[in-house]
Amino acid sequence: MHSPELLLRMYRKMVLLRKFEERAGQAYGLKKIQGFCHLYIGQEAVAVGTHEALRPDDYMLTGYRDHAHPLARGADPGMLMAELFGKATGYSKGKGGSMHLFDIEHHFYGGYGIVGGQIPLAAGMAFASRYRNEDRVTVCFFGDAAANQGAFHETLNMAAKWKLPVIYVCENNRYGMGTDIRRVSAEPEIAKRAIGYNMRGESVDGMDVLKVFELVKECAIDCRKGRGPVLIEAHTYRFRGHSMSDAATYRSKEEVEEERKSDPIPKLRDEIVLRKIADDAKLDAIDAEVKKECEEAVAFAEASFEPGLEELQHDTWVAPGEADQRPRERVRGVKVEWPSYPSGDQLKVSWELEPKAGHLSVVKEGAKR
Amino acid sequence: MPTLNLLQAVNDALRLEMRRDNRVVVMGEDVGKFGGVFRATAGLYEEFGPERVIDTPLAEGGIIGTAIGMALYGLKPVPEIQFSDFIYPAFDQIVSELAKMRYRSAGQYTAPVVIRTPFGGGIKGGLYHSQSPEALFIHQAGLRVVAPSNPYDAKGLLLAALRQNDPVIFFEPKRVYRAAKGEVPEGDYEVPLGEASVMREGDQLTVIAYGAMVHEASQAVEEAASQGIGCELIDLRTLWPLDIDTLVASVQKTGRAVIVHEAPRTCGLGGEIAALLQERCFVNLEAPIRRVTGWDTPFPYTLDEEYLPLAPRILQGIEDTARYVA
Ligand SMILES: Cc1ncc(C[n+]2csc(CCOP(=O)(O)OP(=O)(O)O)c2C)c(N)n1
Ligand SMILES: [Mg+2]
Repeated sequence: MHSPELLLRMYRKMVLLRKFEERAGQAYGLKKIQGFCHLYIGQEAVAVGTHEALRPDDYMLTGYRDHAHPLARGADPGMLMAELFGKATGYSKGKGGSMHLFDIEHHFYGGYGIVGGQIPLAAGMAFASRYRNEDRVTVCFFGDAAANQGAFHETLNMAAKWKLPVIYVCENNRYGMGTDIRRVSAEPEIAKRAIGYNMRGESVDGMDVLKVFELVKECAIDCRKGRGPVLIEAHTYRFRGHSMSDAATYRSKEEVEEERKSDPIPKLRDEIVLRKIADDAKLDAIDAEVKKECEEAVAFAEASFEPGLEELQHDTWVAPGEADQRPRERVRGVKVEWPSYPSGDQLKVSWELEPKAGHLSVVKEGAKR
Repeated sequence: MPTLNLLQAVNDALRLEMRRDNRVVVMGEDVGKFGGVFRATAGLYEEFGPERVIDTPLAEGGIIGTAIGMALYGLKPVPEIQFSDFIYPAFDQIVSELAKMRYRSAGQYTAPVVIRTPFGGGIKGGLYHSQSPEALFIHQAGLRVVAPSNPYDAKGLLLAALRQNDPVIFFEPKRVYRAAKGEVPEGDYEVPLGEASVMREGDQLTVIAYGAMVHEASQAVEEAASQGIGCELIDLRTLWPLDIDTLVASVQKTGRAVIVHEAPRTCGLGGEIAALLQERCFVNLEAPIRRVTGWDTPFPYTLDEEYLPLAPRILQGIEDTARYVA
């Protein structure tokens, strides 16, 4: 049984993702956010269920629909909103904007504007973990359309061949921009593609946070044991347009209305009430707290300054003597924990990528378990 | 004559040529039923059907590679890359296969693929929805590179591109997709590839620009005129092969030149033009050739207007160059 704390934490996070993005959508309407802004509304169970099934030091990457994932990881909502607003107090000082969020402190290694760009990187990060003999898992999100990109196929082969501890989570929301995925995919069931790479493939109801949580948790155990990568297909749905301007000619209003019935947030709320973990009053109080948090995030973004002209050139190269940028230290003045790794002379390479002559790979693998 | 914007002009050219020539096939992400992310291909799917207006998977390498194969066997594919920033998964196919097909088969094979792709900044698109990668393609022998600035040229150049037999990268300036309006003849006409257009005559200084920056340069040139600096404004239209004769004739007359582009300065087209001009017009030059360009940085989100060489920066370049005394 899931603990009451877990359920309440998941509920709060999903509401945070939802309300944060509702505010972002409003800000876009007021031209406070410009350019592109892809809302995740409807898909919250995937990011939250996955995050809760992981350790805080596991790695995470996603595409450009990326507000939710760092929020789920615990990033500062004000600084995320500031990045969307293009302000100097944003995580990347307004250089990246909505599609390109980074929060290394919380092991969120980026939103990627090039569809599929993150897929090989995740394998590389998992390689590094293995090389350093850590039991860390990398989780990489991407869309259904991204699964048709060449990089996906190239990488799955490598990830499986090298038994990398990476979990690929395809957020199948049925559309790539304005195109129904079934119109452009010879095999629309993306989980099945795992077979071709000799890796584990799973599919899950991505509108059910507990199901996502259970599956990812179990896959992560496998991954940590060195049993190789997993491809998870989470069936989900985005309630809003692809980006902020979306003619929505490719799907019917009825379809969207129908899908809204499986909204993951009321579903979890009902579960919580049913299990008598909390009553409506308590849940309403959580909603109100989160709402306030999001209002503060907007106010913070609004009150912040735009980056100065000097930022145009800065960060292209490292400046002499310059250290890593720790955004929350810069903006909030707090001391943050920063990932650190052994240097070359401390690092011992104990991982065997290829079985030595005379050893059967099966034996070696058995030994690892 | 109807007034169209640049998008409508592109749409018109595609429609016209598809009616005339059954070999022409449009393909790309969301180009069919959806009508394209900028609506450049709107209505084509309805008129020509899914066989000729193909919704492809999200797979740029596959799209361009397939288009090359189609072109080898007598079709005229017009793949769209949604933003030129997404062309890199296809870069291998373009550089290794497309550009070299004619040369390596000693003219037995050609691959007349016309790749349409929006380029340039100014829509707050940030890192991957703003770049101007034209120089990378100019650097590959075997590709023609085109970048219209206005609807008339867009239609005429696209029709010309579709009717010749070499691969073309057709860059469309998305910043002025809707803002650039003008009279466009209804029927058939071509703007020949490889010919620059002298938009305004002047004898003190030559301003060379292309794409969306032509509009900025034009504004700067107006203001320079009010200060008594008479500029000649040249819109390159075709970036490669370059209409060097038109540029040389102008610089021989003016002795001074300012080159404008959004792309980063280093190894940009401006550097190549400056080199060609000094080789040919050394004795005519009265000032160093100046480049007013984007910066040598990735493309920023908030500071995108500051990144671009907009009219005030161009005007500054004009003033400095016009006043230069050796
Ligand atoms: C390489 C590349 N090609 C095309 C695009 C334009 N584009 C952005 S999102 C998108 C659709 C992606 O759909 P999917 O992977 O299903 O993710 P979703 O938006 O549904 O979350 C397209 C075509 C891009 N950003 N990068
Ligand atoms: Mg999708």
